[in-house]
Amino acid sequence: MSDSIPKIQLSAVEKRFISARGDEQIALSNLDLEIGSGEIVCLVGPSGCGKTTIINLMAGFEKPSNGVVQIDGKQVSAPDPDHIMIFQDYGLYPWRTVLGNVLFGLQARRISPAEALDKALASLELVGLTSARDKHPHELSGGMKQRVSIARALAVEPSVLFMDEPFAALDAFTRMHLQDELLRIWQEKRPTIVFVTHELDEAITLGQRVVLMAPNPGRVQRILDVKLAYPRERTDVDFSIFRKELFEEFHLVHRQALDGTEYSI
Amino acid sequence: MLLLPKKLLLPIATLLAFVAIWQLGARRYPPELFPAPSDVVLAFKELADNGVLWGHISVSLARFSGAYLLAVIVAIPLGLFLGRFSRCHFAIDPLLQVLRPISPIAWFPLAVLWFGIGNAPAVFIIFLAAFYPVLLTTISAVRAVPAVYLKVATNFGARPGMTFLRVIVPAAFPGIMVGLHIAVGTAWIHLVAGEMLGAQSGLGFMIVDARNFLRTDQILAGMLLIGVLGLVIYRGMKAVEHAIGRRWGIAS
Repeated sequence: MSDSIPKIQLSAVEKRFISARGDEQIALSNLDLEIGSGEIVCLVGPSGCGKTTIINLMAGFEKPSNGVVQIDGKQVSAPDPDHIMIFQDYGLYPWRTVLGNVLFGLQARRISPAEALDKALASLELVGLTSARDKHPHELSGGMKQRVSIARALAVEPSVLFMDEPFAALDAFTRMHLQDELLRIWQEKRPTIVFVTHELDEAITLGQRVVLMAPNPGRVQRILDVKLAYPRERTDVDFSIFRKELFEEFHLVHRQALDGTEYSI
Repeated sequence: MLLLPKKLLLPIATLLAFVAIWQLGARRYPPELFPAPSDVVLAFKELADNGVLWGHISVSLARFSGAYLLAVIVAIPLGLFLGRFSRCHFAIDPLLQVLRPISPIAWFPLAVLWFGIGNAPAVFIIFLAAFYPVLLTTISAVRAVPAVYLKVATNFGARPGMTFLRVIVPAAFPGIMVGLHIAVGTAWIHLVAGEMLGAQSGLGFMIVDARNFLRTDQILAGMLLIGVLGLVIYRGMKAVEHAIGRRWGIAS
């Protein structure tokens, strides 16, 4: 990474929760991470490693117990329309059409209706859903729904996209298709993307860097630079080298996690 | 004409059998104790011919719709408010839970003292009967709005007014609709009670009046009419609910 200021910077971030039983749990411990502008970074790790907590902290939905989260050198204190989160369950409004959903963010910004319509249509075009503009979300497949929520995010031209296991509910074929679509859009618009997943293949397909996390307490185990050109062929030898490396490390983390708890699955 | 849809066949057969058994059974008792369907039909005709029937029906429907609309107009905004501001809801909930189980009919003596005899006490009772279901379902519908809807609104920087009117209200609407639906049923049931207790007109009064003259055939005619009108209103409500469900993208 260059020595300019990072797009996103987490310094000594700690997040503690009080569990339902009343004892304190450390979701994230003393975590440092820098993400460059226009970078795609994937966060992977077993459940309980705090990857969703990190993305919620960066997106401003939660506040760190200690440490600082900064974007563009400014401390994150609340969600910001310049940093849009994409959820696994889409968060589409069922009473609005596809176009209506994409217009939502623009309406929230009080952009004039004509301009908003132009931007929304351009955004729908980008995800290839122009023909579905008048449909309601319940008429769409899961993959199409997620494309609508991506279009809704892109319409407000955010500099950061946070994606929290966005393709986890989709079947394998749709998931691969959307990964390719996401890369195409990223190459066109170059937003910074922070992508949480539990799929190692997905992480290697998408990430310029893959951050492997470990639980108890949540921390960064390893950061892997995936030096492969896009588009990445999932069957390539190079791909499988990174894959092997990540899998081995992941199994190590997973074993440690299981040893750490008395009972296992 | 005789080509009825198949699914109507069974209910119609049941209905005919019911009327037939009723007719046969009624023969064994004096008509003033247990009138037969044929007596009821004659009573209908009598009530319709001397003109009182339409008057009672329209008075009842007017009271019902007035009181129901009033309840909806008060309960929905209050429910939206209490659902949104959970501290207010927390404060007022015990009071609601105590007032709610009190049958609207139990309010009747006070209603007569406060409002006198006439429309007002009946309207008050119907109002109460419709108010709680609408209020409580509105509150729970607002509280059940998925967190992700609100996260999205916050993320895009929607102002509180926009979040309320364009996210929370539409998201809660199907739930509120269920309350409106339940309230139609309870309000219609209490309409008769309200009219029996104090009014000088309406279907409830018609039944009380018939009782005073021991006209059991007219009592049953009134009861059946209440049942049929209730069904029509309920079905109309269902149709509206369905149409709105389609609009909201939640129709099956």
